[in-house]
Amino acid sequence: MHLLEGEGVCKNFGGLAAVSEVDFYVDEGEIVGLIGPNGAGKTTLFNLISAALKPKPGKIIYKGRDITPLPAYKICRMGIARTFQTVKIFANVPVLRNVMVGSLFGTGKHMSSSEAQKKAQEALDFVGLASLKDTLAGDLTLAQQKRLELARALASDPELLLLDEIMAGLTPTEVAEAMEAITQIRSRGVTVIMIEHVMQAIMKISDRIIVLDYGKKIAEGTPAEMAANPKVIEVYLGEECDA
Amino acid sequence: MFAGPTGYISLASAAFYGVGLYTAAILNAQMAFPVVVILAGVFCFIVAVLVGMLTLRLRGVYFTIFTFGLVQLLFYAVAEVERIATGKRGRFVSTEGTETVYYAMFIVAVLVLVTAVLLRRSRYGLALQSIGEYEQAAEHSGVNVVRTKVVVFAVSSVFMGMAGAIVATRRAYIDPGIAFDLNVTFMPVLMAILGGMTNLIGPVIGAVVFAYLGEFLLTRLPDLYMLVFGAVMVLVILFFPQGLWGLLAQGWRKLRGGRRAPA
Repeated sequence: MHLLEGEGVCKNFGGLAAVSEVDFYVDEGEIVGLIGPNGAGKTTLFNLISAALKPKPGKIIYKGRDITPLPAYKICRMGIARTFQTVKIFANVPVLRNVMVGSLFGTGKHMSSSEAQKKAQEALDFVGLASLKDTLAGDLTLAQQKRLELARALASDPELLLLDEIMAGLTPTEVAEAMEAITQIRSRGVTVIMIEHVMQAIMKISDRIIVLDYGKKIAEGTPAEMAANPKVIEVYLGEECDA
Repeated sequence: MFAGPTGYISLASAAFYGVGLYTAAILNAQMAFPVVVILAGVFCFIVAVLVGMLTLRLRGVYFTIFTFGLVQLLFYAVAEVERIATGKRGRFVSTEGTETVYYAMFIVAVLVLVTAVLLRRSRYGLALQSIGEYEQAAEHSGVNVVRTKVVVFAVSSVFMGMAGAIVATRRAYIDPGIAFDLNVTFMPVLMAILGGMTNLIGPVIGAVVFAYLGEFLLTRLPDLYMLVFGAVMVLVILFFPQGLWGLLAQGWRKLRGGRRAPA
């Protein structure tokens, strides 16, 4: 059984098919890269998995259970956490409290506030923001805000983590740190799906890559296979080889 | 309590106030005063939960407009029911002594503040704050956004209903026009804006200043009362969007030497 499976997932915005008839699966312990040109439907697919949007038609199956009708907060409590392409943090709330939202409400278990605080603290230690825990989230740099989102997602004890362009706009050093962090997250037993435009990074750490173009899945396979796939090169790598 | 952290502005105060007034009008003759007040709170809680479940899925200004409509809806509904059931426009309310009313009001006011402080410190406080900051992110972090909003909306409406029930016993006579008065709806919002909505002290300061300012203008400038009052409100909103408390807090920060102007 796959950890997460999508069957014939579609989403239209007016006449535009943002995602059309995409079948996909993710196995436990994998790092799956989701790539494709801008507007290919990658973020829409994340929104469908995390229930920000509902597929129509189509089904999302998590651990053998159809989770399509569930609201977003239940998806999170079942163990699917996400970050956002444009950071969505609680700007006027201190860093630690931001992360506590995840640990207090997102784990699906009843948490006392001291347990939640401990868990939040651990997540902050992991992303390296422990020293800034009392700062207002809005005062952080963009790179720090991205780490904060990651910490908030991790604090909800996910089994599956959706990372939406977590490396965009980071310096090469920061990208290397992020890659290291993602590998560590996987070694803790968390499955990762990541959308990324930073090619070297995604090629290096993904076990498998899914390529979307105009809402359709056009290819799927190991990074090496994808780099050699003529279709992929045509729609994506060929245009942005030095992205 | 509800609007501050979430940024949702409810104009339904009058609806709950009116429900409170009518509860008192119908029941105060038969039951002990405190029981009536508590019942008014219970009724409001039920109404608010129903209304909340229907409307709190709406975001931002749509919610505000709906709550405004609710007041009107109840006004016409009650007026019509009264016309059919009793054939009269209003009702008499059996009254209570001034002191009883004063203490009852005082207790409710203390309860409001205590509840608000407890709420703010509880997990609901953090949930509400996260909703106000970024509703979508809150939802994806596991916050049951709709339930949190409904519960807090309902709890805050309880106090409005209690206040209504208490005031009813002072008025002796009520009709739908008094009960579902739109001024009652705007007053608390204006008081909160005047004082500052970001914390609990703001609205209290706002209410005090508001009441004194209102009385002062009414006695000194009876003709220009509304005009001056309106001008003051516009100035506050334009120049001190954080309210009077925000102004004080800002001044305090300046005094302490930190010259960083708050954004």
